[in-house]
Amino acid sequence: MTITMSQVGGIVRRKEDPALIQGRGVYVDDIKLNGELTVAFVRSPFARARIRSVDTSAALAIPGVRAVYTIDDVRSLGPLLAQIPIGKLRPLLADGVVNHVGEAVAMVVAQDRYQAEDAAEAVLVEYDQLPASVGLKFSATDEVKIHDDLESNILHTWVSHDWWPGVFELEDYRPAIAAAKERDDVVIVSQEMVNQRLIPVAIEPRAVLADWSHGYDRVTLYTSSQIPHAVSGAIAKTFGLPVNAVHVIAPEVGGGFGCKLNVYPDEILVCFASHQLEAPVRWTETRREAGYSTIHGRGWIGTATITGTKDGEILGYELDAMADMGAYSQNLTVAIPVLGLYAASGQYNIPVEWTVKCVTTNTQTTDAYRGAGRPEAAYYLERAIDMYAAEIGMHPGDVRKKNYFKKEDFPATTPIGLTMDSGDYITTLDKLLIDADYAGLKEMQAQARSEGRYIGVGLSSYVEVCGFGPSILAEFGFGWDGYGLPTSFSGSGLVRINPDGSATVFIGTGPSGQGHETTWAQIVSDRLGIGMERIRVAHGDTSDAPYGIGTFGSRSAAVDGTATYEAAEKVRSKAADLVAHMLEASAEDIRFADGGAHVVGAPGHTVTWAEIAEVAYKPHKGPEGIEAGLEAHAMFSPGNATWPFGSNIAVVEVDVETGNVDILRYVAMDDCGNVINPMIVDGQLHGGIAQGIGQALFEEAVYDPDGNLLSTSLVDYPLPTATDLPMFELDRTVTLTDVNPLGVKGIGEAGTVGSAQTIVNAVVDALAPLGVKHIDMPLRPKKVWQAIQDAQEA
Amino acid sequence: MYPRQFEYVAAGSIEEAVGVLAANPGAKVMSGGMSLIPMMKLRLLSPETVVDIGRVSGLDAIEDKGDYISVGALVRHGAVATSAVIGEHATALGQAASWTGDPQVRNRGTLCGALAHADLAADTPAAALALGMTMVAQGPNGTREIAASDFFVDSLMSALSPDEILVEARIPKRGGGSAYDKLGRRGGHSDYAVAGVASWVAMSDGVVTDCAIGITGVGTKPTLAVGAMEALRGQGPDGIAAAADRALEGITVLEDLYGSEAYKAHLAKVYTRRSLEQAVAAAS
Repeated sequence: MTITMSQVGGIVRRKEDPALIQGRGVYVDDIKLNGELTVAFVRSPFARARIRSVDTSAALAIPGVRAVYTIDDVRSLGPLLAQIPIGKLRPLLADGVVNHVGEAVAMVVAQDRYQAEDAAEAVLVEYDQLPASVGLKFSATDEVKIHDDLESNILHTWVSHDWWPGVFELEDYRPAIAAAKERDDVVIVSQEMVNQRLIPVAIEPRAVLADWSHGYDRVTLYTSSQIPHAVSGAIAKTFGLPVNAVHVIAPEVGGGFGCKLNVYPDEILVCFASHQLEAPVRWTETRREAGYSTIHGRGWIGTATITGTKDGEILGYELDAMADMGAYSQNLTVAIPVLGLYAASGQYNIPVEWTVKCVTTNTQTTDAYRGAGRPEAAYYLERAIDMYAAEIGMHPGDVRKKNYFKKEDFPATTPIGLTMDSGDYITTLDKLLIDADYAGLKEMQAQARSEGRYIGVGLSSYVEVCGFGPSILAEFGFGWDGYGLPTSFSGSGLVRINPDGSATVFIGTGPSGQGHETTWAQIVSDRLGIGMERIRVAHGDTSDAPYGIGTFGSRSAAVDGTATYEAAEKVRSKAADLVAHMLEASAEDIRFADGGAHVVGAPGHTVTWAEIAEVAYKPHKGPEGIEAGLEAHAMFSPGNATWPFGSNIAVVEVDVETGNVDILRYVAMDDCGNVINPMIVDGQLHGGIAQGIGQALFEEAVYDPDGNLLSTSLVDYPLPTATDLPMFELDRTVTLTDVNPLGVKGIGEAGTVGSAQTIVNAVVDALAPLGVKHIDMPLRPKKVWQAIQDAQEA
Repeated sequence: MYPRQFEYVAAGSIEEAVGVLAANPGAKVMSGGMSLIPMMKLRLLSPETVVDIGRVSGLDAIEDKGDYISVGALVRHGAVATSAVIGEHATALGQAASWTGDPQVRNRGTLCGALAHADLAADTPAAALALGMTMVAQGPNGTREIAASDFFVDSLMSALSPDEILVEARIPKRGGGSAYDKLGRRGGHSDYAVAGVASWVAMSDGVVTDCAIGITGVGTKPTLAVGAMEALRGQGPDGIAAAADRALEGITVLEDLYGSEAYKAHLAKVYTRRSLEQAVAAAS
């Protein structure tokens, strides 16, 4: 028998990859049930309209069509549930009005998808088109007020010094910043910037399959979700069931990025239809539909202002922004800017004043997309600091260092009252500057400029906020109370030694590409000495997984990983008693390694895990009075978030004749604390950086003024591919956290949080001699070229 | 992404396929399916009959016929991109094929299919124009030859009749040098052309004796830049810039998500100049 031992920190090939890369992974659409029916949706062609009538008769006459449902059939179920009920909640199907293009008006259920699509075309909907409110600035005027029952299109305004009244008493920095602006020795830089709306494009679109069992009063829903437990709660609450009557299974999930951190109407509607029609009911999103039926991300416009001295001391940072909520509020919609607020001050010990208005528009709902507020926060702050450094003629690294929290400041309190666990920002930046040879790059840039080439070097820093805690912070609206599951940020893990000595690890969080099956096996293997081949990690099935809030916020390893570590410790403790009995030694002297256990100092004196398991399951062979079996469950409630950080450098060359941007190098120095599997951490960074570069250069969800989404296919929504990206140069520092015993922080979103502004800083640096000070993303060649033309004219 | 119902016919010969087209108005020919299938899945196009010529034998060869190179109807982009004979005599076409789509598309999609599809931002039509290629169409009454300059009629519209199939594309071996250059939608050469220009030049004693320039991505269809061609003939390499300034004569520039009219007009001139410079270098 091969025994692959893993030490935490070792490169271990991913256990899940043989299935995934050979096309043998099982996703929702791979699961087939007998007698399945399939759904197609009738979608609105208008951004805002009154529905005069819906005629389903022609659709119902099409062979194979079993039902066509409208809001009249499902109104009693109420709207889609959300955590923070600010704004208009989404009806399960359009209720009298439509408020964005692609909003589902009716649901057709047929024997196959082709019939269903034909029938959807045959549903006749009469609309009275209404003026639409699209674009943040326009919508904020309330010239076209979208929802009759709301006072304003501005749903809420988050103000940093008053973001959670009654819980945080915070300093209002406005008077101090205003006073600073009056000083003679200050420089003020201010720039309006767009952080554009994005469409999260998971390779696997969302897919659902419901099977309502009347015999057992229970519904099973297969769904491509990051939060299966939360989905079970939402369905239970919607249908008035106990949560144990709702069995949700998220099998393989082909990418999430936050867009599957939501409960969607289709998840409820297929359960409803399955109940009505007494058959399994399926719907799989098409790529084109995804732009209409899955949340979007970002969508901010804001003015960032830095007030600072001429020698680089920042006296105040202000952001006055608006964030596009879309038409309806879903899970966390209005709360997303708060997650940005968490990271508003970045790595800096500076006064911050943030105001973000949440504005509803006749567009698809926005919600969490990889980083969820933090990429926006990092973008505005780091672009502004670069402009400030350029304005005062100071090295962008020196400006940053001058204003960083210093190593000795930790734990450090941010301007909004949160405590950052640990950081050593200067060390990390210095290492990056050396790794990338920043000084050499600037020399190369100067040389290139003398030859008429425009090379730019961009630098930026970031903090991440991962694995949220403490528990009370969930009361803000980050528990799943809205889904009927009053919980907090705790994670869970259950380690079971089976009678044959293999281990099954049940976790409350599941992968959508992050490699949980490998990382968790490493944690358990490391504690118990069980070979990687003998550990199976089970996830995503609410009937056997311990309760878990899901995979998001770069939290899995730091929280559920820690819970699993603690569960493994409990197992280890009991197993030590068993082995002590078997080997007639003291429990303190038992060590676990190489597929079994031995007495310290006596490596030949060993037992295998199969032998330990036999004793565990045959209590008469064990110590007197010991409970049979060998498994443990643990929940871990983090006392704080973890705060990974890092700095990135990008080197770009701009073809000033065409505006084309070529990335020559991308160097990242990240610090996520302890690393469980370096290869997986690097993989997370690769994907994250690619997504940040995607925002910087390519991606944009474009709505025309009438609210038509112009970028619904990948022809019109260009994604970065491997051929568009340089080889990333990754390195790291390790600053431990005491928030969890593993010392891990989180890495899922860091690449995305850190990269977009690095690229934009580089491009602006390249074009500085031409007078370009800012270009809004995406930096498609046309915009870069136009910015050069505009700067030359000015 | 679910097409309406259609009849599928796997033709055993071109004659059979033409017969099906003639008998079923609105029927469409499929070779690699890289354009037709997505349009059907989006329900932008719903033919009642699809005639698949993918199983017809003998259509997948690139052959040197002496004074021209023959490219059969089922020759894939990938084969064009890696063909030595095309690389030598029709560099612009090889480059255009290599920057079409991604490896999956290049391994399924065909040159003749892409030409017949006549997308206004496809790469290979620009090369077909610059290289003076000839299209061989087969219909109920036999075959006829169509010059590339007459082939691209409008956006997504070629000179083929509904009952004709593009069975071969011929590249004349007329010496000189050629090149294709473009800016793609994801920058560099990635993705559809925001602007793409193929140039062919024949040189003698440092003077351009003849030339042709095909522009794609900018206007309503792939178009010959006749003004620039006229300006360059009889000029040396220092006449390239002035010729490129006339690149847009006869072209109506279309704005899209990737460029304003002014920007795309500018790009057409830039890439005309760049591709001419490369073609002249190759010819010299």
